[in-house]
Amino acid sequence: MNNQQLSPFLKGMLLLGLLFLYIPIVSLVVYSFNDSKLVTVWGGFSTKWYVSLFQNEQIMSAVKLSLQIALASATAAVILGTIAGFVLARFKRFPGSSLFAGMMTAPMVMPEVITGLSMLLLFISMQQLIGVPAERGFFTIWVGHTTLCMAYVAVVVRSRLLEIDQSLEDAAMDLGARPLKIFFVITLPLVTQAIASGFLLSVTLSLDDLVMTAFLSGPGSTTLPQVIFSKVRLGLNPEINALASITVLAVGVLVIVANYLMLNSQRKRERALAAAMRESNAS
Amino acid sequence: MNIQRLFKRLKPGRGAVISIPYFWLLLFFLVPFFIVLKISFAEQDLAIPPFTSLMNLEEGGLLHITLNLGNFDFILSDDFYAKTYLSSLQAALFTTLMCLLLGYPIAYAIARTDPARRNVLLMLVMLPFWTSFLLRVYAWMGLLNENGLINSFLLAIGLVDEPLPLFHNNFSLYLVMVYAYLPFMILPLFSHLVKMDGRLLEAASDLGAGPIKAFFTITLPLSRNGIIAGSMMVFIPAVGEFVIPELVGGPDTLMIGKVLWNEFFDNNNWPMAAAVATVMVLLLIVPIAFLHRFETRQLEGKGNE
Repeated sequence: MNNQQLSPFLKGMLLLGLLFLYIPIVSLVVYSFNDSKLVTVWGGFSTKWYVSLFQNEQIMSAVKLSLQIALASATAAVILGTIAGFVLARFKRFPGSSLFAGMMTAPMVMPEVITGLSMLLLFISMQQLIGVPAERGFFTIWVGHTTLCMAYVAVVVRSRLLEIDQSLEDAAMDLGARPLKIFFVITLPLVTQAIASGFLLSVTLSLDDLVMTAFLSGPGSTTLPQVIFSKVRLGLNPEINALASITVLAVGVLVIVANYLMLNSQRKRERALAAAMRESNAS
Repeated sequence: MNIQRLFKRLKPGRGAVISIPYFWLLLFFLVPFFIVLKISFAEQDLAIPPFTSLMNLEEGGLLHITLNLGNFDFILSDDFYAKTYLSSLQAALFTTLMCLLLGYPIAYAIARTDPARRNVLLMLVMLPFWTSFLLRVYAWMGLLNENGLINSFLLAIGLVDEPLPLFHNNFSLYLVMVYAYLPFMILPLFSHLVKMDGRLLEAASDLGAGPIKAFFTITLPLSRNGIIAGSMMVFIPAVGEFVIPELVGGPDTLMIGKVLWNEFFDNNNWPMAAAVATVMVLLLIVPIAFLHRFETRQLEGKGNE
C-alpha cells in the first residue's frame, strides 16, 4: 500500500506519536547543558556536567566493563543465534523442534526478573555441584546476555533466510558442493546484513540490561546500567543527563549510518539486477 | 525442495548443528525454571546460599526430603499477593490497550506513506527503541517532577495554581509504561500493515464502502496477526516490569516484579522470590504458549510459499 494521501487524522496521530516519543529525549539533552545542579531549573548554559562525567571514575570503569560484556555477548549471540535462525528456517521439523522454537521465543518476552532469578539459581546450583562458576561476575553476566540476545539474532536471521530464494542453495548442491561449504559460501554471505543488525541489536541490548545483570553480577562487576540505576533512584542527576545525551548522539549516528549503508547496498543490488536483466534480454 | 532432502540424509551433521543452540537453551533457559520450582519449596536460611536444601542424606542411608509449602500457602492466603498479581495484570492490560490505540494509527500512517519517506519515519520510531530503556524512563522523572518541565510550563501559562500530582503515582506508572513499550507495538503492526495490498481498499471504495467500513472489514482483519504479535510483545514483559514502577511508580503502586525484587534483594528471601516467580510463570504460560503457537503457524505459512 502506498502513494495515498494521509488523512488529517493519521497525520495528526503520526505527529503526536513522534512528539510523545521525542519530547522526553530532547528534554534530557537540553537539561544536560544546564548549569544548575537542580536539573529542571534552568541556571544558564554550561558543559561542566560533561567534564565531571568523564572525570567520574565509577562511571568510566562501568562503561569499560559494560562495553567488554556487550562485545563478548554480541559475538557469542551472533554465532549461536545465526545457527538457531538457520535451523528454524531451513530444517523446519525435527524431534523437539517445537520446544526449540518455544525456547527461542520465550527469552524475548519473559519478564527479566524471572530469567535473571532463574539463571542465578542455576549458577548457584552448578557451583554447589561442580564448583563452576566460582563466583558471579563477567562470565555469568555474559551467559545471561548471550541467551537473551541470541533469540533476537535468531529472529532477524530466520526472517531474512525465509525471504531469500532457496534455489541458490539448491543449485550449489546440484553442482556437488557439500552442505558446510554451501552454508559458508552461499547462505552466510546472503544473511550478512541480518547478522550485522543482529550484532548491533545485541550490543545495545547488553549495554542496556539492568534487571538480569543485577541478579547475575557480583561485588566486583558493576555495569553501567547498575551505576545509572543506583544514581537515578536517588533523584535527578545532571551527570546522567550528560551521559544520556552522549548515548542518544551515538545511537542516532549509528542508526542513521547503518540505515544509509543498508539503503545504498539495496539500491546497488537492484541496479545490478536490472543491468543483468537488460543484458540477458539483449542477448 | 531438494536441499531439505539433503539435510535429512545428513542426519549426524544435522544433529550436531541443531544441538549447539539447543543445549545452550536447555541448560541456560529451560533447566533454570525447574531449579526455581525446586527452590520455591525450600526455606529461607542463614547460610550461603540462603536457603535450605530439600534433600538430606541422613545416617543409615535415610534420604530425607523436605518440601516447604509455606511460600505458596503465604502467597495464596495473604491478600497482598493476590492484589499485586491482579494490579500487575491490570497495568499490563492497560498498557497493551493504550499502545494498540496509539500505535495502530502510527503504524498505519507509516505503512501508507511513500517508500522514500517511510524509511525515514520508521527510523524515527526505531531510534528511541535503540536508545537506553533506563535512560528513557529517567527522562520522565525530569518531566513529571513537582518542579519538572510539565508543571513549570502549566504554572507559567497560568493554567494551574499549584503543581499537579503527576509523579510517583499510578498516572506516571501507566504513562511511562505506555511510552516505553510503544515501539514494541508499532513494529509488528507496521510489518503486517505494509504487506497489505492497497488495491483491496480501492476495490472496496469502488464497490461503495466508506473508509470506516473498509477499515473494519478489510484492514483490521488483515492486520489481526500484527495485533496479536504486538500485544503479546507488550503484555507479557509488562506484567513483570520492575524498572518503571521502581523509578516512577508511587508508594501504593503494586507490581509483582517489584515484589520479587524486594524479596530477593532486600529481604534476602530467595525461596519466596522463587515462589513469586513460579506463580508468575504459571500466569504467563498461557499468553506465551499463545504467542508461540501463533509464531509457529506463521513460520509454517511462510514456509509453504
